[in-house]
Amino acid sequence: MPIEQNKLEKIITDKFPNSRILVEDLAGDNNHYSVTIESSMFNGLSRIQQHQLVYKSLDGLMDSELHAMQLKTKGTE
Amino acid sequence: MNLDENIKNQIEQLIQKNDVFLFMKGNPDFPMCGFSSVASAILKKCGVEFGHCNVLENEEIREGIKAFSNWPTIPQLYIKKEFVGGCDIMKEMAESGELIELFNTRGIKTEIQ
Repeated sequence: MPIEQNKLEKIITDKFPNSRILVEDLAGDNNHYSVTIESSMFNGLSRIQQHQLVYKSLDGLMDSELHAMQLKTKGTE
Repeated sequence: MNLDENIKNQIEQLIQKNDVFLFMKGNPDFPMCGFSSVASAILKKCGVEFGHCNVLENEEIREGIKAFSNWPTIPQLYIKKEFVGGCDIMKEMAESGELIELFNTRGIKTEIQ
């Protein structure tokens, strides 16, 4: 079940304000995305914790609407 | 999501018996998903022995491992019972050399292919 790119961007931008966010639709099918987030909210967190924070912010979307998401996260320090 | 005690035990046994263990879709020779394919290729390239569980053949483990690791996607890599991450993290760690370093510090034999 696909999700529109601007909807996904909005969800992430709302949850990670003041961050550098790049959302790319890899296959042009609204179903395979690449998401890069650089945010101070990741500072001090391990890579696993950073990704867990993103998954949590997507609030179950990952299971239902989003099939595939490449994720890259980075703190600002 | 609640994790059934029985499933939890099964998962714990799997990651206890195998120093390196990959929860994946399909198997290392016939991965059934691009992400699982990349994950198993990375491990093969490191030349480590690893166990795997094809979650497509076990729905309970498929759902259970998500709750167990607090991680919504497959594949998932465990090294010495510790959750390392999914495909993206494995890729980053492989590129930076961290993955080999992790194997080395955990005393796991590698043979880079």
